[in-house]
Amino acid sequence: MTATAPRPAAARTPARPALRDRVFKLAELVTTPLLPVDYLDLFDPLRSGAALRGRIEAVHEETRDAASIVIRPGRDWLPHVPGQYVRIGIDIDGVRQWRAYSITSVLGRPDGCFTITVKAIPDGKVSNHLVHRVKPGTIIQLDQATGEFCLPEETPGKALFVTAGSGITPVMGILRNSADSLADTVLVHSAPTSEDVVFGEELRQMAADGRIRLIEQHTDSAGMLDARSIAELVPDLHERATWACGPVGMLEALEEHWASVGIADRLYTERFRPRILVTGEGGTVTFTKNGTTVEADGATPILDAAEEAGVLMPSGCRMGICYGCVLPMRAGAVRDLRNGEITTAEDVGDGVLIQTCVSAAAGACDIDH
Amino acid sequence: MTVIQKKPENPIAHLTPEDIELIGKELDTIRQEIRDSLGEDDAKYIRTVIDVQRKLELGSRAVLLFSKFPPAWVLGTAGLSVAKILENMEIGHNILHGQWDWMRDPKIHSTTWEWDMASPAEQWKHSHNELHHTYTNVIGKDNDLGYGIMRVDEDQKWHPMYLAQPLWNFINACFFEYGIAAYDLELGKNLATKKRRNDPKFRAAAKQVLKKIRNQAAKDYVVHPLLSGPSFLPTLAANFTANVVRNLWSHSVIMCGHFPEGVETFEKTSIDGETRGEWYVRQMLGSANISGSKAMHTMTGNLSHQVEHHLFPDIPSNRYAEIAPRVKEIFDRYDLTYHSAPLYKQVASAWHKVIRLSLPNGWLAETTPKNAPAQLAKLYKMTTGGPKVRRALQSKAAA
Repeated sequence: MTATAPRPAAARTPARPALRDRVFKLAELVTTPLLPVDYLDLFDPLRSGAALRGRIEAVHEETRDAASIVIRPGRDWLPHVPGQYVRIGIDIDGVRQWRAYSITSVLGRPDGCFTITVKAIPDGKVSNHLVHRVKPGTIIQLDQATGEFCLPEETPGKALFVTAGSGITPVMGILRNSADSLADTVLVHSAPTSEDVVFGEELRQMAADGRIRLIEQHTDSAGMLDARSIAELVPDLHERATWACGPVGMLEALEEHWASVGIADRLYTERFRPRILVTGEGGTVTFTKNGTTVEADGATPILDAAEEAGVLMPSGCRMGICYGCVLPMRAGAVRDLRNGEITTAEDVGDGVLIQTCVSAAAGACDIDH
Repeated sequence: MTVIQKKPENPIAHLTPEDIELIGKELDTIRQEIRDSLGEDDAKYIRTVIDVQRKLELGSRAVLLFSKFPPAWVLGTAGLSVAKILENMEIGHNILHGQWDWMRDPKIHSTTWEWDMASPAEQWKHSHNELHHTYTNVIGKDNDLGYGIMRVDEDQKWHPMYLAQPLWNFINACFFEYGIAAYDLELGKNLATKKRRNDPKFRAAAKQVLKKIRNQAAKDYVVHPLLSGPSFLPTLAANFTANVVRNLWSHSVIMCGHFPEGVETFEKTSIDGETRGEWYVRQMLGSANISGSKAMHTMTGNLSHQVEHHLFPDIPSNRYAEIAPRVKEIFDRYDLTYHSAPLYKQVASAWHKVIRLSLPNGWLAETTPKNAPAQLAKLYKMTTGGPKVRRALQSKAAA
């Protein structure tokens, strides 16, 4: 999501009839200090007007460490754009954890559900839970789908997708929905072995049907593909619009190569995690309104440290992109973990806005929250 | 009773400073173990209690729509009383302590919760969590001791107005939620001078309380009765009853926590520079438990484990029962008194103390059926006479 493809704005809210508002206002008189929704949630957590939630309906194993999760969204769910991701909040060991996953299903499934596909990463609390342990029937929290890693409205004649590992997931969301509207599609996908290719069978079938050209690279036996070899495999690369998703190292190599041949504007990339580049000394973070004080080290985002201490924090993509976590800092300094840049509150009470998901304490700081 | 520091036999005199710090370390270890083991079952517990409470409240209010039929009135009133008790004790009090903040669920969090009670959560958290739990049983600092309207210690000078203290205490019990709201506002202090009355901070807080009371009263005494149509008056009476039952119950439970005979109080100066170990020991000696069934523990919001609650106010209440034996073992090992008794005994003990302190020091203990007339005559003299008479008679009694 460092580059953006143009697409229609997604911020739509469902119109709520005025009559319902009035009924709710009246009901509030009886439910105070709670709200009517607090009672309605007991009976129908997925109803229209509720905080957006979903119910896990099924878990389909894709590979030994990846699974697709079928989710029935609440009735206020808006259709996503293929390639987008969704943030889910799931309670694991009693603690709510938020993560973002790409939506991989076709639009408009008859059962009204959508799927996300998750690859379990080593020590990944949420990914392992979703792949190996979660039970159908579990209620999760949802945000509306978001993300800019999508095809433009006017589909390009020739497209190239470069993916590795779980990087296939947003691309699968696109291919399942749009492979036929793309006249000429090449997918270069890397995975350790043939069995590790998520959606391997389906992709090979698509290739056999002539809908895409598939280049599989099994890195355990054949090694990693570098940008130069991709260029050799896809000689008309400069004629193609390219979407890439995978490890940060791969994306950076591609960006470099595409820039060097002067077509950087034709490359769209999607990152799943921020790249932590610089760490330093931590410090004491004080949340002034809340009164909580947290000792945070210099490698931990303030968002994570605060949540660990039980502070309710606004949050979003958790990789420094969506600005959903921004809070004013009244005093002190923080370090941007992506580039080491230090942000300082000039005067006490300054209120400079910081992204808590990619900022670590650089000495003591006061956050207005 | 008198503050621990002035007692002829100080019950902690045998503890060395090292003992006290060791006690602190042991308690810290218990706390950490429990925190590390919190998980899905705990989350399920609080969500189940909330679910049951809401359905019970909804069901009871629905039954009360037909409250002009006596069985419906009885059933609805009983159900609503239990629902209100659960809401205040096991749910509200404990969530507002931050016991469930670790779940990161914005709907069950100390910073977002509001409860069915006259005092707004924000104000209560300050006076309860910050003042009472920090200064537990320190005379002059912890206003939970008698809420500033009662004589709670022999060292407080007796005055005839304290004779009405049992009555005050009873009235406070019936309307406890308003007493708490007034107390959280520090109404006595803040209404005393014009300057304090006009302080914008106080005015804003008072406005907040009035709004909360208005909403609460509209719900219980206007909207719900109106919805009951022909059952208007019975529903109003039912809601009033449920509120009084809840108030009496929570007052009794809270009185049992720090007021039974034998629970220690502390001098103001004794907490200057107090260590974590000393703080723990003060909480240990300043609280009393109620023994009983599981249902009783739930209905008291597990404040029946007052000792454990005061040691670990932010540990989820469903864990106090399992911590209790380990805490008691520490008491035993260090030869400290772990106060625990059934509810009726603790309530009786607390009331005994209220009555004892409403009378001049020693009066109740000295009175026997035989000397009752003489004692009454003395009390009459002390009540009607001036301070000099009181002092003279009091010192004669003490001698």
